Amino acid sequence: MAGTAIRGRLTWQVASVESVRQETASVRTIELQLPDWAGHRAGQHVDVRLTAEDGYSAERSYSIASAPGEPVAITVERLDDGEVSPYLTDELRVGDEIEVRGPIGGYFVWDSHDMPSQLLLVAGGSGIVPFRSILRHRERSGSMVAVRLLYSARSLPDVIYRAELDQHQSGVSVNYTLTREQPPGWHGYARRVDEALLAEVAWPARAEALAFACGPTPFVETVAAGLVALGYRPGLVKTERFGATGGS
Amino acid sequence: MSPVSRGFHRRHSVPAGDVDRVPPGQYLTSDFPVLSAGPTPRTALADWTFSIRQAGDTSKSWNWQEMRALPAETVTADIHCVTRWSKLDTEWQAVSIDTLLAQVQHAASYVLAFCDGGYTTNLPVQDITGGKAWLAFGYDGDPLEPEHGGPARLLVPHLYFWKSAKWVRGLDLLDADEPGFWESYGYHMYGDPWREQRYAGD
Amino acid sequence: MDALDGNAIGGLLMEVFGTEMTVAVGTCATCGSAGPVAECIVYLRAPGTVVRCRACASVLMVVIRRGEMNCVDLQGLARLEAPAST
Repeated sequence: MAGTAIRGRLTWQVASVESVRQETASVRTIELQLPDWAGHRAGQHVDVRLTAEDGYSAERSYSIASAPGEPVAITVERLDDGEVSPYLTDELRVGDEIEVRGPIGGYFVWDSHDMPSQLLLVAGGSGIVPFRSILRHRERSGSMVAVRLLYSARSLPDVIYRAELDQHQSGVSVNYTLTREQPPGWHGYARRVDEALLAEVAWPARAEALAFACGPTPFVETVAAGLVALGYRPGLVKTERFGATGGS
Repeated sequence: MSPVSRGFHRRHSVPAGDVDRVPPGQYLTSDFPVLSAGPTPRTALADWTFSIRQAGDTSKSWNWQEMRALPAETVTADIHCVTRWSKLDTEWQAVSIDTLLAQVQHAASYVLAFCDGGYTTNLPVQDITGGKAWLAFGYDGDPLEPEHGGPARLLVPHLYFWKSAKWVRGLDLLDADEPGFWESYGYHMYGDPWREQRYAGD
Repeated sequence: MDALDGNAIGGLLMEVFGTEMTVAVGTCATCGSAGPVAECIVYLRAPGTVVRCRACASVLMVVIRRGEMNCVDLQGLARLEAPAST
């Protein structure tokens, strides 16, 4: 039985684009219809494969933005020198087909019955995507886990899912840091995440919170090192690095 | 059969006029992709040396000033990466390997180039002499950037570009051919792009 | 151009091992340090996929795609521990 389940996750399926939603100027969420989807866990990703007429193919991985039980959706950030992301954000239309395999991942996941009663989510840029899945799963499952989210973005227009995040799910506190540009009257953080910022926002180490850090590699390294310096046990800090190569 | 994704194409394709300069299975790129198997070394010029070694002993070594005092030339070459991109008319500032090897007495048939970060690659001596290979320290008129192999890399354009070892620090002279990094993982010992020698056994 | 981590090769590892392997704990044959494959350093932009030990940077695993074959070199891994199927 486990064998069949893995074979299903390993097989490339033809997914059709059900809807697209522009999140920011360079970011789009794509909802997919998959013929044979056995469900997923919050934090997992899918591999996407595109094939050109001459047979050339390119593969990339994208975190699933939707919660378990919701239709599969991915959120893609357009990288200007990317080969795949500009196609997904600018060209792809409702009704188009792309190949997808998954869900993939067992490390960077959160299940609503997981033990720690506090979660720390630290996102850099498009690193917020798997956290949307986690937050929606938390809400849909009725979980009482207390969440602190720290989200680093270049500017307010670059914040993905802002309307949703600003809805203030009970038990979820959201802190933004806008690193390049802040709107007039901005009272929030305005610098790159560092240990001092983490010390102010993160659960104290004694809370034994489970921490997830996701975003560009240098961001994740800074966050992971900062949390460990604050006393977090390395085993309670889960990391997922995106790069220009990993999600372009 | 994978379905074709409507409107998707690779970023670069071969203009018809350049077809005979591009080996089989390659496509042209106008940018300069950075490929790496490990972290980018950052060696200070004050610490840099290039050595030719035989049987464990250093036969000859140059520091940065000594290397830069050697006669250098501008080399224009087409380069071909085994990952299928080719780039035409790349321009390098470089010292010929002939200049370096001329200062060493040897009867070796092969070399193993060794680099900061541990990368190695093997080449026949006859493929790095006779004006076929260089130690390149400049690209397009500027000092070679670390992500492209700076301070200096090997430049051997007639073979797949994994043979043009980045961050090169010297050559071990050998009697027999020995696989370097990619060769030991299954890539071709020689690597002629015109015969599409990508993998061992090709 | 940054290195990624083992999460980025979750799909490839499923192909190679037939099961989810990012939670598997790998022991480096060079320095002996152990940790989840998800936390290993991964270089995807190369003639092959290169997985390195986060503690000592030695190569743990190299996967080369040759036609329809995955050629997997595991010499740098002393041990892999993954949950058994139940």
